[in-house]
Amino acid sequence: MATEFSFPDSAAKAATAEFESEKMSLSMGPSHPSTHGVLRLQMELDGELLTKCDPVIGYLHRGDEKIAENMTYNQFVPYTDRLDYIAPLANNMAYAIAVERLAKLEVPARCQAIRVITAEMARISSHLLGLGAFGIDTGAWTVFMYAFTEREKLYKLFEELTGARFTTSYSRIGGLQRDVPEGWTGRVDAFCDQFLPNLEMILGLLTRNKIFMDRTVGVGVISREDAIAYGVTGPNLRGSGVGLDLRKDKPYSGYEQYEFDVPVGTKGDSYDRYLVRGEEMRQSVRIIKQAIAKFPGGPWYAQDARRIFAPPKDKILTSMEELIQNFMIVTEGPQMPAGEVYFEAENPKGALGFYVVSKGGGVPWRLKIRSPSFCNLSILPKLCVGCLISDVVSILGSLDFVMGECDR
Amino acid sequence: MSATVDVPAVLKEKFPAATPRPSLDHPAVNLPAADVPAALKFLRDEQGFDFLVDLTAIDWAEGVSPRFTVVYHLLSTVRHDYVRVAMDCPSDETPAVASVTSLWAGANWHEREVYDMFGITFTGHPDLRRILMWDGYPHHPLRKEFPLAGIDTPLPDAEIMAETGARVIAAPMAGGPFVASPGEINLTEAEPRAKDESWNERRAKPDA
Repeated sequence: MATEFSFPDSAAKAATAEFESEKMSLSMGPSHPSTHGVLRLQMELDGELLTKCDPVIGYLHRGDEKIAENMTYNQFVPYTDRLDYIAPLANNMAYAIAVERLAKLEVPARCQAIRVITAEMARISSHLLGLGAFGIDTGAWTVFMYAFTEREKLYKLFEELTGARFTTSYSRIGGLQRDVPEGWTGRVDAFCDQFLPNLEMILGLLTRNKIFMDRTVGVGVISREDAIAYGVTGPNLRGSGVGLDLRKDKPYSGYEQYEFDVPVGTKGDSYDRYLVRGEEMRQSVRIIKQAIAKFPGGPWYAQDARRIFAPPKDKILTSMEELIQNFMIVTEGPQMPAGEVYFEAENPKGALGFYVVSKGGGVPWRLKIRSPSFCNLSILPKLCVGCLISDVVSILGSLDFVMGECDR
Repeated sequence: MSATVDVPAVLKEKFPAATPRPSLDHPAVNLPAADVPAALKFLRDEQGFDFLVDLTAIDWAEGVSPRFTVVYHLLSTVRHDYVRVAMDCPSDETPAVASVTSLWAGANWHEREVYDMFGITFTGHPDLRRILMWDGYPHHPLRKEFPLAGIDTPLPDAEIMAETGARVIAAPMAGGPFVASPGEINLTEAEPRAKDESWNERRAKPDA
């Protein structure tokens, strides 16, 4: 029984014994519309109340960490796209910065600004999908449609910048794949201007929506203490009132130059997590507009990145030295110093960390990916007990996880 | 924001066996396995490192002793500093260390993952099961002797295996990843090649 009732006397207790409910076990997922991927919840139910919830993960395990140990640092960049595949640009950046810290490389201001702009665009895109899917989970189809319209505009911009809509592989260790195209920042700025009123409209569909509030207010409350104990990060942590945002607290890639607010929730319920995501998109727009306003010129890759990524193509084809260097980088990988580095970036889903252990050479000895979705999901067994099944749907929507990143 | 604290020195005072660990970024210490739970509790309660961001392990390859190192990364939500605590597992054959699930509930899944991937057991863990691989999987994939291509293994469901005759077979490595081992002088060896290739277009796929 989920709830312990107190009985006035033992006779009354004996009388109810025959009505003692039988537990039912129910498997939700791995293919279920509200488990957002291939998460499976093995639930034990008492009527409609959950008495136990055991998430079964690993359906999307590809062994990314094993693969990383068997290829050069440069070769692993495309694999980072496939962690949180809703925000590949942010993953590319986090991985690049981690390896740059190992190589002691400083990237120029222009590269940092481009990375910030793309990471914040990725955040908007990720949160739009999160809200759209959350809307569907709670019975609001329209939100998804409007959110995807905005997301499509972002994807057009991503395609123009990187050549790919989805798996962008844009950051390189020590720089970027290429500079921004002519007039691209202006188009991003124009997107931001038209996005803000649209965002208000999208949020307006949910924020005071009676059905949405009934499904989310007071549901799935994560206390401040629990959030920290379980290693919850990102909007889910801030929804519980902990103002931890690595962009503010451990600034990287020049985030210290931009003014933005870190929204925090008060109750830590599904509704607070929704509100935090909504506000974060407004703040992302603020950051993008500032970055574009003072968009620096100059090189977009580190000058001493020559030992890391391939020289320009025309040089490779005409100069012996560059050809040899290109061959060495491709076959042996960029030569890194021995040592270990841990870097976390504030990704849309939470803190994405890379722990790189190098013994020198072009291949990492060990690369651990600290995945925010993995940590955020680990609270489910505690969070779901005592909830209704329909609340689980709302909780999963509000946690906004990606299984590609959770299972790695 | 308080003045930065020299965490390795503070730890050294409390735990004399602590030694500084070479690190390129955050303060890091090596501790003997017996001291680790107490040291982590000390860091959490008295030094403000209240957030366990990551818990993982490193395999230093077969035949190396100590073979396994367990690494903790802690973050202070107040001071916004990281600290890395590492310990070598006392045994190379049956590595076992104390669980820290009583300090951080979130360590539960991390320790399950380390157990799954490296075969390091955590004593005192409430529910030490595999997490990414299926129950009953016979190997620990992140150990260095485990080949990238994988190892031929029965399916998790015996009934389906009997019905279909299918097995989990090693993957074809044609197409990558291509890596040359660093420091090799033999040029033929240093040519990029696919690792762990067990079957490809020319060599037939084992009967599945």
